[in-house]
Amino acid sequence: MFPTPIAKTSREWQIGYQTLLPIMLVIWLLPLIAVAMFSIKPDADFTNGNYWGLPSSFEFFSNYGKVFFESNMPRYLMNSLFITIPTVIGAVALSCMAGFALGVYRFKGNLLIFFMFIAGNFVPFQILMVPVRDLTINLNLYDTKLGLVLFHVAFQTGFCTLFMRNFIRALPFQLIEAARVEGIAEWRIFWYVVLPLMKPALAALAVLIFTFIWNDYFWAVVLTQGPGAQPVTAGITEFNSQYRAAYHLMSAGSIVAALPPVAMFFLMQKHFIAGLTLGAVK
Amino acid sequence: MSSVTTNASTANRGWYNRNEIAITPWLFLLPAMLFFAAYVIMPICQSFWISFHQWDGLGEKTWVGMANYERLLGLGDQRMDRKFETSFWNNLKWLVLYLLAIPMGLFIALFLNQTVRGIRLYKSLFFFPFVISQVVVGLVFSWLYLPREGLLNAVLAVFGAEPVNILGDPTMATYGIIAAGLWPQTAYCMILYLTGLNAVDPEQVEAARLDGAKGSKMLWYVILPQLKPATFIAFVVTIIGALRSFDLISVMTNGGPFGSTRVLSFYMFEESLSEFGFRMGYGAAIAVVLFFIMLGFIVYFLYSMWRDEKGAN
Amino acid sequence: MRSIFKTTVASLATAAVMGTAAFAASHATPLTGDLKITSDMSNPAPRAVMEGLVADFQEMNPDLNIELTIVDREAWKTQIRNVLGANAPDVVNWYAANRMGPYVEAGLFEDVSDMYDGGDLPGLDAVKGAMTLDGKQWGVPYTYYQWGMYYREDIFNELGLTEPTTFDEELANCQVIVDSGRACYAIGTKFLWTAGGWFDYLNMRTNGFDFHMELARGEVSWTDDRVRETFANWRKIIDMGGYVADHQSYSWQEALTFMTDGEATAYLMGNFVVAPLRDAGLDDTQIDFYQFPTIADVPQGEDAPTDTFHIPSGAENKDNARAFLSFVASADVQTAINSGDALGQLPVNADSSVDADEFLEQGFEMLSTNAQGGVAQFFDRDFPAEMASVGMEGLQEFMVFPDNLDDILERLEEARDRIYQ
Repeated sequence: MFPTPIAKTSREWQIGYQTLLPIMLVIWLLPLIAVAMFSIKPDADFTNGNYWGLPSSFEFFSNYGKVFFESNMPRYLMNSLFITIPTVIGAVALSCMAGFALGVYRFKGNLLIFFMFIAGNFVPFQILMVPVRDLTINLNLYDTKLGLVLFHVAFQTGFCTLFMRNFIRALPFQLIEAARVEGIAEWRIFWYVVLPLMKPALAALAVLIFTFIWNDYFWAVVLTQGPGAQPVTAGITEFNSQYRAAYHLMSAGSIVAALPPVAMFFLMQKHFIAGLTLGAVK
Repeated sequence: MSSVTTNASTANRGWYNRNEIAITPWLFLLPAMLFFAAYVIMPICQSFWISFHQWDGLGEKTWVGMANYERLLGLGDQRMDRKFETSFWNNLKWLVLYLLAIPMGLFIALFLNQTVRGIRLYKSLFFFPFVISQVVVGLVFSWLYLPREGLLNAVLAVFGAEPVNILGDPTMATYGIIAAGLWPQTAYCMILYLTGLNAVDPEQVEAARLDGAKGSKMLWYVILPQLKPATFIAFVVTIIGALRSFDLISVMTNGGPFGSTRVLSFYMFEESLSEFGFRMGYGAAIAVVLFFIMLGFIVYFLYSMWRDEKGAN
Repeated sequence: MRSIFKTTVASLATAAVMGTAAFAASHATPLTGDLKITSDMSNPAPRAVMEGLVADFQEMNPDLNIELTIVDREAWKTQIRNVLGANAPDVVNWYAANRMGPYVEAGLFEDVSDMYDGGDLPGLDAVKGAMTLDGKQWGVPYTYYQWGMYYREDIFNELGLTEPTTFDEELANCQVIVDSGRACYAIGTKFLWTAGGWFDYLNMRTNGFDFHMELARGEVSWTDDRVRETFANWRKIIDMGGYVADHQSYSWQEALTFMTDGEATAYLMGNFVVAPLRDAGLDDTQIDFYQFPTIADVPQGEDAPTDTFHIPSGAENKDNARAFLSFVASADVQTAINSGDALGQLPVNADSSVDADEFLEQGFEMLSTNAQGGVAQFFDRDFPAEMASVGMEGLQEFMVFPDNLDDILERLEEARDRIYQ
């Protein structure tokens, strides 16, 4: 193990390390602590210049109450949910199939198609912006959740296919061959043999895509407008259009907006990290 | 009659059976490929096409040939578009400085790669920033940077330094935004390295220790080579992240002050869809240039993966 | 305040139904069907007005299904294209004059000349011009407002200053203010357009309204000596420390704090600044208004932007939309929504009365008697879009780094060469 395990080092360093850990953590998370603090401050603290001190009164309920009951935040949150979940399902389903095709079969163009998916995933998405916007408008899907979902599914399929294909490659191929000898149809092999083995990959991808899509801002701005379809990332700034930056409400809103991916991360940490670090070890 | 039908259907089944292995992959690929073609491949081609036109996004496109590129890159007797120049150099700054996330992530990973009580929670909390949307990160950092009330200036004041207005100063604004971007990106690299460190071969480490290697030597000659896959991924995601930087700029400075924090992706958006924009042709030309810059990296990534494929077979 | 206002509008609107003959006649039967409105009136006071308008229109037409979407005012400036293109609502907000150009040319706004010709819009003859392009009218205005100096009367009194009428007096005042440890002017240029207001006034005062319009039409070079003279005047204020520091980091709303805290004494702004100043606790003994002082001996031009309602040509309920437009522009509704406790702006209908509000009265007086040069819409509405964006960026840069002037002007000139062709 590297670096040297702490248990094998001097007593002083052990204590030093134990104290350093929380200090480093606080510094590292300082921006977040600041937002959390902002979100429970009264508005008056900001007018009085008390930005970074302790809150002069505890306004947790009134601030979050305003976010939930007097703003469009709940609508934005619902939009985010209705955009994110179908995208996760769609992208995972499509990429499972594509990954299966690319991982199991040898045919001409296999590698070419695979690389096309990867390359598409790396493309700067600004180059897609104008045509995708036009396409969405022509399909009559501008400013709808469906319009965003369709695009996200298509774009995420690149990354997901890369992921799935590599995962399927690592499965024992004998299982598939054994099934073929039994005379089982190919689609049944996919459904009954391969898919059950892919559960960990499915979970990892689902969590990952959930976070990516939830946090998307660019496409939300390009393809939607207003509380009818816009997700929460684009909605936060609504608090800003008041005549003065409403720091306390924006902070509370930001925290609410960040909660779902954070919860997802803490609940599914193992899968999340497995997804992110695919390929980080051989 | 009925026998004919049966014959035909057996023949059909026979044909499908004979070719099942050849046809199935295409059937499975079809939906993904359709989606991908409609929303990714086609739009790339269309953007190339649009970049040869003058178009306000409402009326008819007018063919202008290479005119957009000539203006953008300053071909012929024109001067290079200054906004493009600024954006390009800022992109370079992003590329270079964003890579700092890799050593920083490695450093934190090494720091956290211990087995003490509660270390799992520490690791999760250190990873936290990556899960938050860039919009929130941008907002928070712009508050830290506020010229009068920002925390940064409060801290500077403790050390007796003059207050700074990072996002209002054209020489510093871009660095301020990159610093904000490094925060989540470092967390990402950290988690990659933590996973990588987990898989480092303990026997090799012990063997090296017996040979007297320790500290930085050990890191350089024994650990880092084993972390190569993690480094590769960190490199890929960081480069892509750097070239895609848009959210932070849009939230923190909106490209200002006086356009000094523009990058190509932001400039492209501004020309195409912003309040005074709607020069789709010119915007598309910028996107195409950005695409070619990215293409260099894409080819490199694909080449490395292709090499690995060959090695695996 | 909002609830008070709402009842006012409600009662006035009822009066409109009962009293205004033309209105009552053309809409005797309540409307049915749908009406989709997309509005950019997202700031608190305008938002209340818009919601009040819809509530009243709903009350008059109980069977009408009204769907109101309020979008962020800044965001709307980019979103309108998409909205007009596909799935268009029935009524949208926009701005008068050149700013309508792209949508009129692309055929996205409905021609409503028939409403002006057919007598559906009594009292609107005077503002018809701002809605006219190619000899046709493309929408209905609902408000306009003066620009000028809003200042802290109490601080002026404390320092013994009076409202200046010439630029020299203005500068002399400013010197006193700076010496007292304050800035003369609050401004937030993060979103650029506020700098456009300063340029409009300095240029209209230095070179006159006509010159300003020639510049807007691209007929004069940015490197012209007369333009330089405008910038030289501007530089006097910058060099004496007249503006608040770090203004490039603030939006106009954020910069209001300087004014409310008394760190800056004046704000060159549209009349919509009054509402947030009052909200922040300043009363009318603390704020007052004066016209931007004269510089050269030229007829005074003023900025008075007009905000508008339009019907997208793709709208599905155009009859209902037309009814809503005539409702909004009718004399009594105009009086109500522009009153001091609502929008706090000037009514577009000649039969309306200007609210007994000191700022509105002064503004109305100024625009009707003391704007001989002409009335401009605003920098970003008079100049073509691309020129406006390049221009305002240059203006912001000048305000921070006045030494870069040559470079900035050269850049603007390059842009002019290309944009106007």
